[in-house]
Amino acid sequence: MLGFYGFVHAKVTLIDSGALSWVIAARIEAAARELIDTEKTYLLPRNANVIQPTAMDRRRFSRLYLPGNSPSLMINAFLHGPDGLILDLEDSVAPDKKPEARVLVRNALRALDFGNAERMVRINQLPAGLEDLNWLIPQGVNLVLLPKCESADQILSITGRIEDIKQREAIDGPVWIMPIIESAKGVGKVYEIASASQNVVALAIGLEDYTADLGVRRTGEGAESLFARSALVNAAKAAGIQAIDSVFSDVDDMEGLRNTVKRSRAMGFDGMGCIHPRQIPVIHENYTPDAEEIDKAKKIVIAFIEAQQKGLGVVALGSKMIDPPVVKRAQKTIAQAIELSIIDNNWYETLSL
Amino acid sequence: MIKKYDKLVTNAAGRIVPTEINGQAAVPYLGIGKYKPDGRKFAPAISSCADYPADGNKLVPSLRDALIKSGLKDGMTISTHHHFRDGDLLANQIFDIAHDLGVKNLVWAPSASFPCHEHLIPYLEDGTINRIEGSMNGPLGRFTSGGKMTGLAVLRSHGGRYQAIQDGDLIIDITVIGAACCDPFGNANGLNGTSASGGLGFALADSQYAGKVIVVTDHLVDFPCVPWQIQGNYVDFTVLVDKVGIPEKIVSGTTQITRSPDRLLIAEMTAKFCEVTGIIRDGFSFQAGAGGTALAVGDYFYKIMKEKGIKARFARGGSNLYLVKMLEEGYLDYILDGQTFDLDGVRSMATNPNHLMTTPFTSYNYHGKGNFAGIVDVAILGATEIDLSFNGNVVTHSDGYLLHGIGGWQNCLFSKTVIIPIPLFRDRIPVIVDQVTTICGPGELIDVIVTERGICINPLRTDLIEKVQGSGLPVLSINELKDEAERICGKPAKPKFLDEVVAAIKWVDGTVIDSVWKIADE
Repeated sequence: MLGFYGFVHAKVTLIDSGALSWVIAARIEAAARELIDTEKTYLLPRNANVIQPTAMDRRRFSRLYLPGNSPSLMINAFLHGPDGLILDLEDSVAPDKKPEARVLVRNALRALDFGNAERMVRINQLPAGLEDLNWLIPQGVNLVLLPKCESADQILSITGRIEDIKQREAIDGPVWIMPIIESAKGVGKVYEIASASQNVVALAIGLEDYTADLGVRRTGEGAESLFARSALVNAAKAAGIQAIDSVFSDVDDMEGLRNTVKRSRAMGFDGMGCIHPRQIPVIHENYTPDAEEIDKAKKIVIAFIEAQQKGLGVVALGSKMIDPPVVKRAQKTIAQAIELSIIDNNWYETLSL
Repeated sequence: MIKKYDKLVTNAAGRIVPTEINGQAAVPYLGIGKYKPDGRKFAPAISSCADYPADGNKLVPSLRDALIKSGLKDGMTISTHHHFRDGDLLANQIFDIAHDLGVKNLVWAPSASFPCHEHLIPYLEDGTINRIEGSMNGPLGRFTSGGKMTGLAVLRSHGGRYQAIQDGDLIIDITVIGAACCDPFGNANGLNGTSASGGLGFALADSQYAGKVIVVTDHLVDFPCVPWQIQGNYVDFTVLVDKVGIPEKIVSGTTQITRSPDRLLIAEMTAKFCEVTGIIRDGFSFQAGAGGTALAVGDYFYKIMKEKGIKARFARGGSNLYLVKMLEEGYLDYILDGQTFDLDGVRSMATNPNHLMTTPFTSYNYHGKGNFAGIVDVAILGATEIDLSFNGNVVTHSDGYLLHGIGGWQNCLFSKTVIIPIPLFRDRIPVIVDQVTTICGPGELIDVIVTERGICINPLRTDLIEKVQGSGLPVLSINELKDEAERICGKPAKPKFLDEVVAAIKWVDGTVIDSVWKIADE
């Protein structure tokens, strides 16, 4: 590597604590870049696992934050089954470690196993985040989280940059955007942000910064953020995208997490962030539709199918009329239950058996 | 000058081992259950009450006096025990005294050693101690691997130690038993007093077979000291000191449930495996180790048992807060405690009649009329390496250094199902290897490996393979697991050894299963 960067007669001290080769390569590259101005990137072979494009409305119950400068937390993260893995360049990385984390996250995108998780990155606030994209997009990213988002223009500037990189690197497949609303100003522009681009698939809320911006304390009940959360859910649904809740920061309080997820789902959120793998099963369990919901959804879908077969324009369940949005929601619940293997794919066909 | 070892042969495990160790003949490993010695057990000299105080008061003023009165001299074998784990104070004091008296060439036969015993390295260097027969942890292991010990080190399991003392393979001249409580006659236990450490089971063999028996305490009570875990009728001298051990240090870091998400995942998968294969059922029994992952497995067992209303008959092994909780809440009928790992265990053994002290004789001795280990349904154990033939290593690391003792590991391999939950790699080093650096246990006895990236079942266990089908658990072959580890980590270089044996690994029957070789770069 030293030869690659043109170093001769250099003495390198490497403290080996058992890091994998892509991590060591990143550390050396970052050190080299501190000494010389170079555009050269030292890339190790890519992990043979294929990068899968993802659907706009795929399930996003949980997304696990992984600090961009802590590779030991990344290696087995996918095994815990999150819907998305976020390699973070923003708040979890100290300012003086940002350049190093960029190299590390780039290498991680090439080397890590993601399993069925969406490949997510959180870039820095703009404008630094635009430079991050040059490092990340060529390595295969499904979704970019944009922190402290306050305007539609910011969305357009990153989608523009992403398109440029994709063209330059001949990359197919969409790169989705998840803006994070973390300020009063952002909440004020929330619908404009949600509908700024076809690639915006979800809106997330960041309550630590939002409550700081309001100058209030973040509480468990969340009365102080009720307006912002409601506004965000409403804007997301109006734009036809997902609403994603803030992280729950006490990793030892599983009961508190459980209650928060239940409230969050009741408000209309489709998922939330997490900062520890043990939060994932609790989040999934409580965003998953329960038996009663699934049962009700089944009845509605059956009524819908039967109405269609009979050529009826109106769906009725007993004496009650069912509106099309209700049918749609029931269909979504059923689709989710199938995806989560709670019910069988051909549950309807096997009904009469 | 006695040769450290001689006459190397290849044993039934395919390993090169000495057949003469420190001047004594040694039998190479022959296979499981193949070596059956004839002859009679070792016996110490007959004692007479006429030689002991008529009033039963065997107190002498100091440990030094007791050692001198016991006839401490060059070449003797002195034993101690690890009931205080890293809080042991006695072993270091004994060899300080020996050094001061100018006694040389001693053999130290501890039931286990701990980092606190690094203090003894100068005595190994200056000839006060010739060798260690027992276990060599941390700094002592590093010292041994460097080939610096004068004699050949011998490692034995807890059960193997009992067997060796009983059979006369290991003759203890003087044993010093640290006890939290004793009476002047020598009846002793580890339950009462400020230094309470739990059961004193590891000292049973020494009390029965050693030439001289010294009990040291910091809490002397009037006769009788009850319960008498150690019987005063075996004891020569009793000593009262200011402090016998540091009980807080019996909790030595490995006795807390792991917080690592990956290890919790491994523990959860292990418990799920036991659930779907029907191992967890009413009346079952299990052995729980002291490592963070093993403790987590126990806690997941508890959750499954609670959810399904299942009750276990007994748990064996080191007791701790988590087992005590299960006992107290009625999910366990008995704790059969070989080693008390924390102060909750100490409290429970002292107060709960269903929390019983066991010894290496009852639990592990292979030269007995059976032992408890084989009765246990499932044992959850650790390992530093497992190879493609399922052989396990617990004493050396992949860098070749001797770093751990065998403990009860070999003995627990006789449980009905042996499961090893381990991370697939540690610090870039795969745990599944072509061949283990040191064989401590033969692959026939290791049934299941659970890693974060897949579960592997020994092909010999067709019953388990069948039961796990359709469970959704990720089952892989051992080769697939190894390939997965090497895909992520690469294949590390093997350590380089010199043609010099530094330690012998004994199997449970006293035969030599493998040798530890000197590290080349020392």
